[in-house]
Amino acid sequence: MDSEWVIDAQGLEKSYGSGASRFDALKGVSVQIAPGETVAIVGKSGSGKSTLMHLLALLDEPDKGTLQVAGNDAKSLSKRAVNELRNKEFGFVFQQFFLTPNVSVLENVILPLKIAGMGGKERRRRGMEVLEQLELADKAGNKATTLSGGQKQRVVIGRALVNEPRVIFADEPTGNLDTATGAVVEDILFELNRSQGITLVIVTHDEELAARCDRQIYIRDGLIVSNNKPAHHTGAHALTTAGGAA
Amino acid sequence: MRTKDLVATAISNTFRSKLRTTLTVLAIFVGAFTLTLTNAVGAGVSQYVDAQVGALGSPDVFIITQADDQSAAGDGPVEYDPNSSATVASQQGPPGTTTKALTAADLAAIADTNGIKSVDPIRAVQPDYIEYGSGAQYEFSINATSAVTTADLTAGAQLDGTAAQAQLVLPDTFVTPLGFASADDAVGASVSIGITDILGEKHTVDATVVGVSLESLLASGAGANDALIVELSDAQSGGIETAVTSYGVAVAHFDTALTADEITALKADLATEGYDASTIEDQLGAVQTVINGIVGVLNAFAVIALIAAAFGIINTLLMSVQERTREIGLMKAMGLGGGKVYTLFSLEAIVIGFLGSAIGAGVAIGLGSALSAVLSQGLLSGLPGLNILLFEPVSVAFVIALVMLIAFLSGTLPAQRAAKQNPIESLRYE
Repeated sequence: MDSEWVIDAQGLEKSYGSGASRFDALKGVSVQIAPGETVAIVGKSGSGKSTLMHLLALLDEPDKGTLQVAGNDAKSLSKRAVNELRNKEFGFVFQQFFLTPNVSVLENVILPLKIAGMGGKERRRRGMEVLEQLELADKAGNKATTLSGGQKQRVVIGRALVNEPRVIFADEPTGNLDTATGAVVEDILFELNRSQGITLVIVTHDEELAARCDRQIYIRDGLIVSNNKPAHHTGAHALTTAGGAA
Repeated sequence: MRTKDLVATAISNTFRSKLRTTLTVLAIFVGAFTLTLTNAVGAGVSQYVDAQVGALGSPDVFIITQADDQSAAGDGPVEYDPNSSATVASQQGPPGTTTKALTAADLAAIADTNGIKSVDPIRAVQPDYIEYGSGAQYEFSINATSAVTTADLTAGAQLDGTAAQAQLVLPDTFVTPLGFASADDAVGASVSIGITDILGEKHTVDATVVGVSLESLLASGAGANDALIVELSDAQSGGIETAVTSYGVAVAHFDTALTADEITALKADLATEGYDASTIEDQLGAVQTVINGIVGVLNAFAVIALIAAAFGIINTLLMSVQERTREIGLMKAMGLGGGKVYTLFSLEAIVIGFLGSAIGAGVAIGLGSALSAVLSQGLLSGLPGLNILLFEPVSVAFVIALVMLIAFLSGTLPAQRAAKQNPIESLRYE
């Protein structure tokens, strides 16, 4: 794993709307995410945690502040380069599954490869590999709508995993699942981190899930209020600095 | 995303909401169906008229007569002039019409006119009957202009104007009565034409059938080449040379390189010399203008239907974009560029357009061909050679392409909306 592959955000600010309806989602947040670590972004709804994730994942651009990915300034990257970066290096898991209905499980899983322009045979092979890894190979031909919630979220993880990303961004990955299936999904995510060194950035308000991560970034009203450094971890990831003046 | 994948995805997306797609496709179907049919009517009638024009003569031909100087009522009688005042029965105009004759001097004057390449008088011959072998004799007429015209043949070949052999193109209505098994059977046969000379003596002239033609609306009778006409007119004159050779009508060939304006000028030149010159186009222009007008109006109705269908496409795709907001957001989050999203929705519009137009054109061809066959046996059987609906591959392809273009244009607004969508906004859930 490339140790240089760090996401480094400094003084991120982001607001929506203007005038009276202006809403400052982030008021100056600095975060660094090292390769291979698991980070939980914790906060109530409206705290700005999702906005932070969107900025880190290059889904949105900050109004102020800088963001560097693997040493490259995100602003200097072309739209195409940003798209390619997201396509090749990032995987996404959302609270809602966003599976394409009436299309097979396999087709859903290989969507990122299709977007990447990979050939049909190769992407089917990769897709089946991932489905086997997630014990969903027997459902490959089923329509996505016929699956249970837990199975659906596993398909979503498969879709996030199929392009062999460096980072998986998960926004409330267990929010829609019951405790038992939620735990299974969590196990899968952490296992991926352990076995393949995939960095996990998990947005959640679930304290238990947050506790399983190496590091918890608590966010409130657009500011980081607490940034727990790993207590009994290697300490190699002491990279986060609390940002913004309170 | 590869082009192949884009197309495949667009096609499968089209069928995701089957009812909605079906209804939109139906709307386009109506437009494409109508447009294909109206085009076919236009093509069918035009082809028929073209064939009729061919029966009348080639495009580089004037039919020339003496300008009628007796027509102005109230001018009193015209003084007799032995050189020009002969009249002949004419095939031009209503029955019983006589026109002033063209003399050899007139022909020379016409030939000298700048732009005219050659002038040939039309000799009218009045044969009595035609017979084949020792079968029954049938009344028979010869179209005087047939030497310069192109017959609408069902069998055999056109007349050869330079041949020494006496040739005949037989109207197909004569085939069975004369005792031939088929049109092909008649080709090559030798028939006898009976003719009475000016002294009342009967002669027969033999001619070879080289072709069988469909009956034409505008030129009736059999076709005969120069050799046969000469033989018949010699027989008709009974060996007596009339002092003044005079003809009712002459056919003048003009330079094919002339533009429409130059042809008009040439006609004016001939008019100042006292000759009426008209091209085949002049004689049929009015008919074709009316036909083109009718087809144009029908096409306009079809296009109106297509425009209505275009709004259907816009509506369908807007709903589709709305419904798939999250899917679009997800694909954009996963790195699909705005251009590709635009292409995806545009392709979807084109697929809908193609479906509607291909089905519409297909059904139009199927129904139209059947209808055309029924009509030509029944209602339109009096007009042999008329295919009321003629489906030309080029015009059908053009209709399909046009509908796909309209569909693409309709798709631009929804596609743009999809392409501009912000992935964050699309993925928001609260």
